[in-house]
Amino acid sequence: MSRVRAQLAWMVVLAALVAAWQAYVRLRGVPQYVLPAPTDVGRTLWDERGPLASAGGVTAREMLAGFALALGFGVAAAIALHASATVRRAVYPLLVASQSVPVVAIAPILVIYLGFGLAPKLVIVALVCFFPVTVAALDGFRSVDPEHVRVMRTLRASRTAIFRRVELPWALPSMFTGMRVAASYAAVAALFAEYAGSGSGLGDAMREGTAQYDAPLVGAAVVVLAGLALALFGAVTLIERLTIPWSRRVE
Amino acid sequence: MASAAPGGIDLEGVTKRFGDLVALEDVSLRVPADGVTGIVGPSGCGKSTLLEIVAGLEQPTAGTVSVEGASTPGARLERCALMPQSDLLLPWRDALGNASVALENAGGGRRRARAEAAPLFARLGLDGFERRRTWELSGGMRQRVAFARTLLAGKDVLLLDEPFGALDAITRAELQEWLTDALRVEPRTTVLVTHDVEEALLVCDRVAVMSARPGRVVLELDAGFGGGERAATIASPPFLEARRRALEALR
Repeated sequence: MSRVRAQLAWMVVLAALVAAWQAYVRLRGVPQYVLPAPTDVGRTLWDERGPLASAGGVTAREMLAGFALALGFGVAAAIALHASATVRRAVYPLLVASQSVPVVAIAPILVIYLGFGLAPKLVIVALVCFFPVTVAALDGFRSVDPEHVRVMRTLRASRTAIFRRVELPWALPSMFTGMRVAASYAAVAALFAEYAGSGSGLGDAMREGTAQYDAPLVGAAVVVLAGLALALFGAVTLIERLTIPWSRRVE
Repeated sequence: MASAAPGGIDLEGVTKRFGDLVALEDVSLRVPADGVTGIVGPSGCGKSTLLEIVAGLEQPTAGTVSVEGASTPGARLERCALMPQSDLLLPWRDALGNASVALENAGGGRRRARAEAAPLFARLGLDGFERRRTWELSGGMRQRVAFARTLLAGKDVLLLDEPFGALDAITRAELQEWLTDALRVEPRTTVLVTHDVEEALLVCDRVAVMSARPGRVVLELDAGFGGGERAATIASPPFLEARRRALEALR
């Protein structure tokens, strides 16, 4: 019982924050276009549920597809970097350096190249999510206890067998950590991409809301976006618990 | 030269240096086929290095090694299975899955490997533990599974590196008897490395005593005290005499 109560502590904190926000806006008479009250945001969420849902759907697709791309390419890149010291020396420093280029800066260029459709959004989300996935997977591969590899070699294991039966499962917990980081970046990346040029999605709704001083609409879009980010993060965590239950039992 | 003899392991003048450190110096030793040979020595006398050289995982700086007449590292690796002090079980596999990993490495699929491993697994007193997760097993059970895995590699030569070093005294005594029985049922050319003189005398047919760094063989004696009643054996005059000689050589 007390454990359940401790697990729900965040709800109390959240409720207190929302209540304080509501009281501040109402008691000070803050105009809605400066800071909307939580009730205003809530009302807009309800009234605009149709458009918000379809905008959220667009953004969710961009996040998911970009994240999936990043996962595929990230793990493949990590395997290549792990398998060959030459590739690692030649590519890894460049990969790290490439992270100093802000995605905000290249988003407009990608829109020019790839148009206003889905393609530039996927690329931008994938670019942002790629790095944490790759680094975490590579770290996972490289942290394998060499003693395990030595013993496996005496147990008739080929290079591929060692990878499949030792290195890959060994790296999974680390990969999931990278995926959780990537999942939390995906929402912001999708938003950037939509800001850079788009006719749909939550980013577009927020731009429109800002232009019309419709602060409750902006607030409602933020709530939906936060929900999407949390959902992706939660999904990754859930999949982790289901696929590698052993990782919490070791050490 | 003696290395023409069929079976067994021959070491001739084996020296291993790591930079300035001389780990092994001029070690010559003959391990006959189908017997258990113990190597006793203080920590850091290069016992583990010796096993890695025999297994073909390391090359000696000088001298020759042959396992059943084969002297290239690849051919030695084909003939040897190594069991390390820490069991190195894979937590993402259950007990039988760990024991049968070498059969899977050899090809033929998971299901067939498990079916093939099951009879030996049971013969080693592990029946009922097939589906246990590694973290549910006691230290002694883990070592039994690790030994089953080593046997199931189907190699002629078993290299056991302090297999019971991490166990408490009671479990250790139990496993020493268990190992003696297991090797009677499944005879292999076995090298048991330990720092415990009593263990070597009880489990092995012959014991080689090594000096501290640089490691070299300073005494070889006949053992074969296993199989009888433990308490009576370790109090018997021949056992005490052998123990005295080994301890003196270690000093």
